[in-house]
Amino acid sequence: METVTLTPKEQSELYIDAENITPDTFAGKSAAEIAELQVFEGNQTQTLGQYFEVAGTAGATAEETKIVIKGDVTKVKYIGMRMTGGEIVVEGSADMYVGAWMEGGRIHVQGNVDSFSGTGMKGGEIEVDGNAGNYLGAAYRGDWRGMQAGTIRVHGDAGSDLGTFMNGGTIIVEGDVDVHVGTHAEGGTIIVKGNGTSKIGGQMVKGEIYVFGTIDVMMPGYIYREDVDLEVDGDSARFALFEGDMGERHSKRKGQVIYGKIYQKY
Amino acid sequence: MAKIISDVVCPFCGTLCDDLEVKVSDDGKEILEVYNACVIGTEKFLHSQAEDRLKVPQMQDEEGNSKDVSVDDAVEYTAQMLCNAKKPLMYGWSSTNCEAQSVGHEIAELVGAVVDNTATVCHGTTLIALQDVGVPSCTLGEVKNRADRIVFWGCNPAHAHPRHMSRYSIFPRGFFTGKGHKARKMVVVDPRSTDTAKMADLHMQIEQGRDYELLSALRVAIRGNPLPETVAGIPRETIQDVAETLKSGRFVIIFFGMGVTQSLSKNHNIDIAISLTRDLNDYTKAAIMPMRGHYNVTGSGQVLGWQFGYPFCVDLSRGFARYNPGDSTSNDLLRRGEVDAVFVLGSDPGAHFPISSVKKIAHLPSVCVDPHFTPTSAVCKLHMPVAFVGVEEAGCAYRMDNVPIETRKVVDAPEGMLSDEEFLKRVLTRVKEIKGVA
Repeated sequence: METVTLTPKEQSELYIDAENITPDTFAGKSAAEIAELQVFEGNQTQTLGQYFEVAGTAGATAEETKIVIKGDVTKVKYIGMRMTGGEIVVEGSADMYVGAWMEGGRIHVQGNVDSFSGTGMKGGEIEVDGNAGNYLGAAYRGDWRGMQAGTIRVHGDAGSDLGTFMNGGTIIVEGDVDVHVGTHAEGGTIIVKGNGTSKIGGQMVKGEIYVFGTIDVMMPGYIYREDVDLEVDGDSARFALFEGDMGERHSKRKGQVIYGKIYQKY
Repeated sequence: MAKIISDVVCPFCGTLCDDLEVKVSDDGKEILEVYNACVIGTEKFLHSQAEDRLKVPQMQDEEGNSKDVSVDDAVEYTAQMLCNAKKPLMYGWSSTNCEAQSVGHEIAELVGAVVDNTATVCHGTTLIALQDVGVPSCTLGEVKNRADRIVFWGCNPAHAHPRHMSRYSIFPRGFFTGKGHKARKMVVVDPRSTDTAKMADLHMQIEQGRDYELLSALRVAIRGNPLPETVAGIPRETIQDVAETLKSGRFVIIFFGMGVTQSLSKNHNIDIAISLTRDLNDYTKAAIMPMRGHYNVTGSGQVLGWQFGYPFCVDLSRGFARYNPGDSTSNDLLRRGEVDAVFVLGSDPGAHFPISSVKKIAHLPSVCVDPHFTPTSAVCKLHMPVAFVGVEEAGCAYRMDNVPIETRKVVDAPEGMLSDEEFLKRVLTRVKEIKGVA
């Protein structure tokens, strides 16, 4: 795998849109060609080379390309947007839309990511060592298809609206989450190792949410069913199973109504 | 001899009352009295006659001292500011007519600006929810003629939309509602005992921030599923009673305000309220409507909608329209330092935005276009006084139920005073010159 290194040099005055920072766009290009790629600061069109030192060469395809960003890029949006393969490592924090609509490959952010990361994700893997903002793995505005496949792992906390309209894939948050987890979910798995707040699984049709810590207010549409012993992400424990949301529509399979499930650890 | 102008439309709130009568002096220059309007609407008309009204643009120098400048200077400053910025914010638009909004958007497209209206801090969340789940709505005429179950959720029309209840929702006798308020059941959901709540048949005094749970509980109750003993501080029996009351109505209307759109859960509250409305349609006819505040904020959403496809916070900086509340909304842009110039027209962010945003406006090149001197004028580098739309200028405005109404002009603006539209047209001409666009 060939590696391209981007070292931030000039801090932009406003924020920059850098949807070109993906293995797909970099593939088959030399450092000089990569430095000529476009980025956008407000209504101005600039080049990547203006904000980053570019070193190394890209692989022939996205799969063979690794991008390492050496430092904080908290004013850079859309890193890894729509990527289909390869790898991105950010040795610092990134801004919004990290890995939005990504289809494959791997993104590792060693700091924090801001909101809308993993929006409408269709595959691949995102790992965040710090915290994530709001709308992690959620749908884009007005879209009924949130995250559909892939894995997001956040070692810190996540914000609100996690996994809205999610219908596949897995989100693991090792810290706490804010309100609204899995709203409108029609599939997928959400694992919260810390505490949840209220409004977990509201309007959920299908899918599973595991909460290891507390839930301060359970949604009124959830009914306790039974206790189950499970192994979840390497932890074996006893969980209380709640089914719902009873206010929402639910389909039937083999004569059985399929509900959304919330498992809460004892 | 004074003359009376009838069928005047009130340019204050989203109710857009169209039955006002205004008594003007014989020469048509002075408003003497306003009939039928609420106190706020009356004041809006009478304030155009204020002695201390600003008539000349004012520019602040670096020390913050204001001096009078000419209209030409104001146009030049505005055009240069917009053309030199990398990402200008053009905010407001809710207290002007659709014609002015349309011209403003043309400027925004040329300079690559972000256009946002006051929905960003009031019913923007409603618009997000509409996109997620759609909306079964109706007109206020239908409410007057048909509705027998009225819900006010997180709104206080007695104070914010003073004639709403008497013209449309509670008191009028309509075609199928001949007994007026006697045949209507009024439910109010509000954590406070407001003047609207005091009039209700049933006031659900909900715990602050638990609207989402209560709406969900109502959906559960409508489906006949079991409920916990209390939800959001409301006993199970009350919730089941309310669900039955709504189901048994011939026409249910849910009105909601900023108590739900801007409290915890925001768009999700509206999302689930719309879902509740949809559920009710399995049993009876039900509709839902936001209580829009500014008289033409709905129009701003409409004009942005037909021009760019999105109802607020439209980011045109890349030459095509993008929209994502949380990213392209005014407060997020200001708070994060994503914009480098601010243009305000027909709104007062200085009074309504968080102080962190207002401080940002104060440090940027900025223009405030408003008939009044507002807190926004105080922080903006340039204040441009204009005519009162709906009083001194006619034009199209949209009522809260999305019905367009042509407002009327009742008096002339002071000599030499431009309307919003005229000012924007002059800025547009200058922007085209600077950009070299024919």
